[in-house]
Amino acid sequence: MRYEAPETAESAAALLAATADARVLAGGTDLLVQMRSDIVDPALIVDIKRITETRRVTEENGGWRVGAAVTGAELKEHPRLKKVWPGVVEAANLIGSTQVQGRATLGGNLCNGSPAADSVPALIAAGAVATVAGPQGRRDIPVEDVMLGPRKLALTRGEFVLSFLLPPRPPRSSDAYLRFIPRSEMDIAVVGAGVSLTIDSGGTITAARVSLGAVAPRVLLVREAATAIIGSRLEKEAQDRLEAAARAACTPIDDKRGTVEFRIQVAGVLTRRAALIALDRARTS
Amino acid sequence: MAKHHIETTVNGDATEFLCETEDTLLDVLRDTLQLTGSKEGCASGDCGACSVMLDGRLVCSCLVLGCEVAGRKVDTIEGVAKGQALHPLQQKFLEHAALQCGICTPGFIVASKALLERNPNPTDTEIRYWLAGNLCRCTGYDKIVTAVKDAAVALRKG
Repeated sequence: MRYEAPETAESAAALLAATADARVLAGGTDLLVQMRSDIVDPALIVDIKRITETRRVTEENGGWRVGAAVTGAELKEHPRLKKVWPGVVEAANLIGSTQVQGRATLGGNLCNGSPAADSVPALIAAGAVATVAGPQGRRDIPVEDVMLGPRKLALTRGEFVLSFLLPPRPPRSSDAYLRFIPRSEMDIAVVGAGVSLTIDSGGTITAARVSLGAVAPRVLLVREAATAIIGSRLEKEAQDRLEAAARAACTPIDDKRGTVEFRIQVAGVLTRRAALIALDRARTS
Repeated sequence: MAKHHIETTVNGDATEFLCETEDTLLDVLRDTLQLTGSKEGCASGDCGACSVMLDGRLVCSCLVLGCEVAGRKVDTIEGVAKGQALHPLQQKFLEHAALQCGICTPGFIVASKALLERNPNPTDTEIRYWLAGNLCRCTGYDKIVTAVKDAAVALRKG
């Protein structure tokens, strides 16, 4: 097994393209566990953390660019990101223990390809775009289009996620992420719900995005749920429409962590609660 | 293929070692550098017995490759005491009997030290959440929380 830690995106892409069985290493909290359990046995590991762009958080044209290998702990400590994108940061911070937060990254959480990844619904709700580097250069992909199904990504050979762009935030905007787990910490989402919204000065929702995790083979962008609340002030009727639209989007599986019926029910409840939190934050932002 | 030659800093000392790609930092610490204070409990990042500081950040050394620490700073349980003088956390773990079999203890001490450096006066809840990634299967959590709080008091007094 080879190990390379290139310092440029171009050399990382060239290394990944040249070896059929290569794996990207960001925080390692999934990859090393999978290697230990013999789920993967790569011929080459490409550590992307020596590439400066993967490790920094910068303002870009009024938005924020977050490197794919920035850790949850670093996001939590960032002085400004949490004010603008509290939902994205709280979602990333739900992943694992303090030790895991010291290593786990947004890029890894997305590219591990789990439908239950906590940060992904928050990124999709935020309208985040992944900047992907590859042998043919760079391209931007909306986060909702990166994952195709469990462990399946829309990335071609040699491509990897370099960073995410969180778009500029209009006034009175905010976001929130909630998940259900059967205990208070350290578990995998049974359902996750991310909501991002903007209100006008009168409190009417002018823009919204809703995303659900762990209720389908991939994390979903639920446009119908956003449509259900745009133009409303999230009154009871709008909340009911939101819940119904969220439930209608779910096609979950039964497993040891939750039944189909339970997941659909909880998806509606969490979406409503996340929307109410996002609304409250937008009013005071 | 040839082993990787890694130069790094461990507990303040310039250190070099040879490792295979698949060797974790925990493997290197225990089997190559003979720093056996960090323990292997689960080898999957769940139990925290292998906790170390990597560039000032608390991590599980079982989830870090040895190769990754080139040019970085690693601090382990072996660097916590100053010679024969125990760190207040170590002293308080002894006084409060906050250990039974002791396998989890190095991880708890390293993780608690990282907490107190960031938050010198944590609440019980803050301690429990911070230490949620450290498992004690003798289940002595109450004594551990008490020891950490008492160590915080001692450290604040200086």
